[in-house]
Amino acid sequence: MVMGELSLDTQLLVIGSGPGGYAAAFRAADLGLEVTMVDTDDRPGGECLFRGCIPSKTLLYLAELIHDAKRAAPMGLTFGEPKIDLDAMRQWKKKVMDRLADGLVTLSQKRGVERIRGKAVFEGSNSVILRDSDVRHIRFRHAIVATGSSPIVFPGTTFNKGGRIISSAGALELNDIPETLLVIGGGYVGLELGSVYASLGSRVTLVEQSDRLMTGVDRDLVKPLQNRLKTLFKSIHLNVTIKSLTEDGEKVEVAFDGKQAPPDQSFDRVLIAIGRKPNTLDLGLENTGVKLADRDFIRVDNSQCTHDSSIYAVGDVVGGFMLAHKAQYEGKIAAEVIAGKPSIFDARAIPAVVFTDPQVAWCGLTEESAKKENRIVKIHRFPWKYSGRAITMDAPEGMTKMIVDAESERILGLGIVGRDTEGLIAEGALAIEMGALAQDIALTIHAHPTLSETEMETAEIFLGSATHIISPNKK
Amino acid sequence: MAREFKMPDLGEGIHEGEILKVFISEGDHVNEGDPLLEVETDKAAVEIPSPFTGIVEKILVKTGDMVKVGEVLITFSKESQAQDKKKSGAIAKEPKPVAKDTEEKAEPSEKITGSKAGQGPVPASPSTRRLAGELNVDLREVPPSGPSGLVTAEDIQKFAEKQKGKTEEKSSKPEMPSPEASEDQPRKTNVVQLSVPPLPDFSKWGPVETIPFRSLRRATARQMALSWSQIPHVSNQDLADITKLEAFRRKQKTKIAEKGGNLTLTVFALKAVVTALKAYPYFNSSLDTNSGEIILKNYYHIGVAVNSNEGLMVPVIRDVDRKSISQLAIELFDMAARARERKIGIEELQGGTFTITNAGPMGGGYFSPIINYPEVAILGLGQARMQPVVRQNNDGNQEIVIRLMMPVVLCFDHRVVDGVDAIRFTRMVIEALEDPEELFLNMI
Repeated sequence: MVMGELSLDTQLLVIGSGPGGYAAAFRAADLGLEVTMVDTDDRPGGECLFRGCIPSKTLLYLAELIHDAKRAAPMGLTFGEPKIDLDAMRQWKKKVMDRLADGLVTLSQKRGVERIRGKAVFEGSNSVILRDSDVRHIRFRHAIVATGSSPIVFPGTTFNKGGRIISSAGALELNDIPETLLVIGGGYVGLELGSVYASLGSRVTLVEQSDRLMTGVDRDLVKPLQNRLKTLFKSIHLNVTIKSLTEDGEKVEVAFDGKQAPPDQSFDRVLIAIGRKPNTLDLGLENTGVKLADRDFIRVDNSQCTHDSSIYAVGDVVGGFMLAHKAQYEGKIAAEVIAGKPSIFDARAIPAVVFTDPQVAWCGLTEESAKKENRIVKIHRFPWKYSGRAITMDAPEGMTKMIVDAESERILGLGIVGRDTEGLIAEGALAIEMGALAQDIALTIHAHPTLSETEMETAEIFLGSATHIISPNKK
Repeated sequence: MAREFKMPDLGEGIHEGEILKVFISEGDHVNEGDPLLEVETDKAAVEIPSPFTGIVEKILVKTGDMVKVGEVLITFSKESQAQDKKKSGAIAKEPKPVAKDTEEKAEPSEKITGSKAGQGPVPASPSTRRLAGELNVDLREVPPSGPSGLVTAEDIQKFAEKQKGKTEEKSSKPEMPSPEASEDQPRKTNVVQLSVPPLPDFSKWGPVETIPFRSLRRATARQMALSWSQIPHVSNQDLADITKLEAFRRKQKTKIAEKGGNLTLTVFALKAVVTALKAYPYFNSSLDTNSGEIILKNYYHIGVAVNSNEGLMVPVIRDVDRKSISQLAIELFDMAARARERKIGIEELQGGTFTITNAGPMGGGYFSPIINYPEVAILGLGQARMQPVVRQNNDGNQEIVIRLMMPVVLCFDHRVVDGVDAIRFTRMVIEALEDPEELFLNMI
């Protein structure tokens, strides 16, 4: 691009260069479209790479190492106390992000995707104006909105730079290790970041307004994690809400509400992890035919097209699972549809992984949603205390659970809690997408001794004979 | 295990065909080489012989089905003996029908299809679902062949073919996106692709009849549309005085007929055209816009348009420059007859470098034929008629005489050749036809 150029024409404008945006841009470029990608960030990667998945997993990996070093002591291997060098840790995290972001820059260049920094606002169905940019105006034939989401602010407070009330992004900056940390919200963000800080030495208190952690995930999968977090955190309070939150110098004064509410107290920092909201309200969408649904999500059809036929939307802005891999899948669909292909979003299993220790992963139908939908299903579980591999790692609390159609025994859902479920869940997603029967997994040889055997053995229970567990329905 | 007979590869570029006839029934004993099916491809109808001797177990196709190369058409029961017809000498590479296969354990005893419990989406792999999208197939309508109702890619293919047949017969109305629908549901638009606007419902104005648009008709349409959209056509029209040639033709006709040929005007035109092609080689070329090259061909394979009951066919006479008039008369007669009966091989329809279309026998006058893409020109001949012609007699005076005049039209690709070349080319053809002796001299 020539700097100072005021107006630009492009076939496809992608707004937002997070996972959804860049996946869409790359796919479209591969299909021969001329693509321009606009973002307020300097480099592609978005929330996921700079303020979400990647930095959090970088830190969670370290937390896991700390934990594993401790766990090794009863096995006869004792390490010294870990020395935490926050500066070095931040440097390391930056290095990780830089490496990935630079990779995306190269990929953009190699594909001829033009990147422009700025804030795009729709003027109409075929043009945007840019703020804070060298380019003033972009006309496009199609646009993909992939502007993502932001952490919800706690009512009456704000996320200030260097403030005591922080969002996930603030927590990931790792400015210090607060002595006391209050995590508000028992979803995966709260649990993951709470785990990081607890492992680094903070005394973490977690409050959740509902009666459970990880709403939407089957309780039996959450149980082992909850047990573990009970020891890692100072305390976990369910059915508790926040009455007031006041930033006061070096502290935040917090008043709780609820039957089992802890006494009002102050914390060094408070992490707000009560959800995310789509970034859709400052895009000038009112100047287009795009329609919004509840909570300001953009309404799209299964080709990711909005009510405005030249504008598509992918990722967090359209709601559903707010996950990077879902955004990427949608991005690719949108790109293909714009390039004239008959693609639709028809995924049947979107895997989700909580990178705590133990990890929780699931995909497809959950037990609770099956109940809600009155689906006739059969469910079997394989406790990891029967898995050789789990025992070698002293991880017997894990569990693998399979949900199948009652009649055909076609796999509809898989849930796993334990170590390394991030890799295990892929088999479940593939099985569901392929329409596999429990028998298909049971008849597939799984390497021994691995945790993946637990998936095979769970499937074997349906058939009436699993090697390491007595089936209730012996055949 | 049963032996499967799959749709064989019928030659260059042919991917599918329509089953015209099924000669056999289930349970029939057939010998290797017996005709099984008649399949019509874009260009020709072909009889497909059996590669096996054995008992027909199941026929998976019926008349009217569109089948793709590689699709299973017929299965033979296990005692069928495979005999690779083409490479009978070589050791068969295919897996032999091993007895073991038949002893295989039975399939899982409980076979449930269309399960009540299965309220969810139709089980099918992501690639199968994508295929369904591409072929515009609703998964729920497809009869599944996989375990417990799993729909496979093959199921989709088969269903799509059937659906295609149906919609062609019914001349379904193209779906119009209804404007009301866009209110509640986001619109799905087919961007990029330009589409033909939908036709009105003609039956509103009177009774209609719909004819399937298939095979030869469809192939012709595709070829003509391609040619017309790619080639800037220009035509050059003239008249040839064939009085002398016609006299010669009538004299020689019976002689040729005794040899089994038919001495038509087209036979002479073949020779005349080759003479001109040799003088103006660009008319015997193809333009490759991708590589930016003109490909001159050093052979003279001339296509001749033949009308069959099903439509237009263009059999190609190879190496016209190396054949005698009587050879050409015999070959053209044979080829045209076979083309009319759709008994012509696909390879006999390929490889042409120039085409002649003679509308004379049907009584046509001037007309402007479409070039047979990727050729560069086509010669059209009209019906020769007696006409008053003004010419100079031997004394140098003008006189009006009655001559047999034939309309000659050369349509050419103006990207490759210019009007000047076309006029010269046409003149050379005309001069050859007007002076048979000269023509024969050139032929030797």
